[in-house]
Amino acid sequence: MSKTVFVTVGTTEFDSLIQSITQDSIYKILKSKGYNKLLIQIGRCAFDPSTECSLRGFTIEYYRYKPSIADDIANASLVVSHAGAGSCLESLTANKPLLVVVNNELMDNHQLELARQLKKDGNIEYCDCSSLEETLKTCDFSRLKPYTPGKPQLFADFLDNLIGYTKQS
Amino acid sequence: MPHEGKQTRTTSMMIVIGSGGHTKEMLSLISFLGSQYTPRYYIMANTDQMSRDKVKEFESLKENKENNQQHKIYRIPRSREVKQSWFTTIWTTIVAIIYAFPLVFYINPKIILCNGPGTCIPLCFAGLLLKIFTFGKTQMIYVESICRVETLSLSAKLLYYIVDHMFVQWPSLQQQYPRTKYIGRIV
Repeated sequence: MSKTVFVTVGTTEFDSLIQSITQDSIYKILKSKGYNKLLIQIGRCAFDPSTECSLRGFTIEYYRYKPSIADDIANASLVVSHAGAGSCLESLTANKPLLVVVNNELMDNHQLELARQLKKDGNIEYCDCSSLEETLKTCDFSRLKPYTPGKPQLFADFLDNLIGYTKQS
Repeated sequence: MPHEGKQTRTTSMMIVIGSGGHTKEMLSLISFLGSQYTPRYYIMANTDQMSRDKVKEFESLKENKENNQQHKIYRIPRSREVKQSWFTTIWTTIVAIIYAFPLVFYINPKIILCNGPGTCIPLCFAGLLLKIFTFGKTQMIYVESICRVETLSLSAKLLYYIVDHMFVQWPSLQQQYPRTKYIGRIV
């Protein structure tokens, strides 16, 4: 059975993540943890990563963009994502273990607020490129807490109250 | 349906659609609203084709479920595109305001609902004027994005004293801004 790690950078240019994750040392760690495929959505990456791998039974694939990455998230056993809120929330609502890799080259990045909070709440793991290998090696992703999606029903109830619609049971 | 019999009174809504993630959050936010919230007037930037498609899709699904639903989409010039210079922003903002005021007064909604970014600012200021003229009958509601954990967005800061209800998604943010409300995560 295929056990895939899906890496996504969205529409950003995050070459240092692509560079750091396409390393033999990373493949070894992933394989030792039972994964057998690395699928990378590389976005605006300046180069085409190598898909060569000396490890038996471990494959690497990549693509630039797809209209929707929902299927790739759904098929993944672990998602490694840039800190974009869209990608993070998509993975979490699909109930996938998520490792967010922060791009230190971006200075003004308010998206980090959300990643920090999700890490604080134990929903995700969080690292940067320099600590990626260590994090993949030591982190037990099965211990992440499931994310509770927002409840728009609460807003509907608030509005009903505000306008004066009364609930009939 | 929870509202039958005597409860036939409807509530008109102006729903200001942002773009990208804002659009997604807005459609999820209103997905549980009952059929009494009609007609729904969606306002969005004229450059935002993707949001228009998303709203159309959302409404077509809703209309299948409920009859007598009305909605209309209005598209107005965007006050500021990403990376637009601040100098030309002054001009485009004036154009956006010129569009916003007659639209808000013409529609005269009971509720104005928005979640940023830029497009909602002139509409909310027009809403404030409308509120003054209608002696407070229009309720303005701003819902901050889930992305905002530590500080309010610029749109929220500008509208902090203007809107009637401002929701945030994290209790820590609510504590910093006492006028905001936290009732649990709603997007």
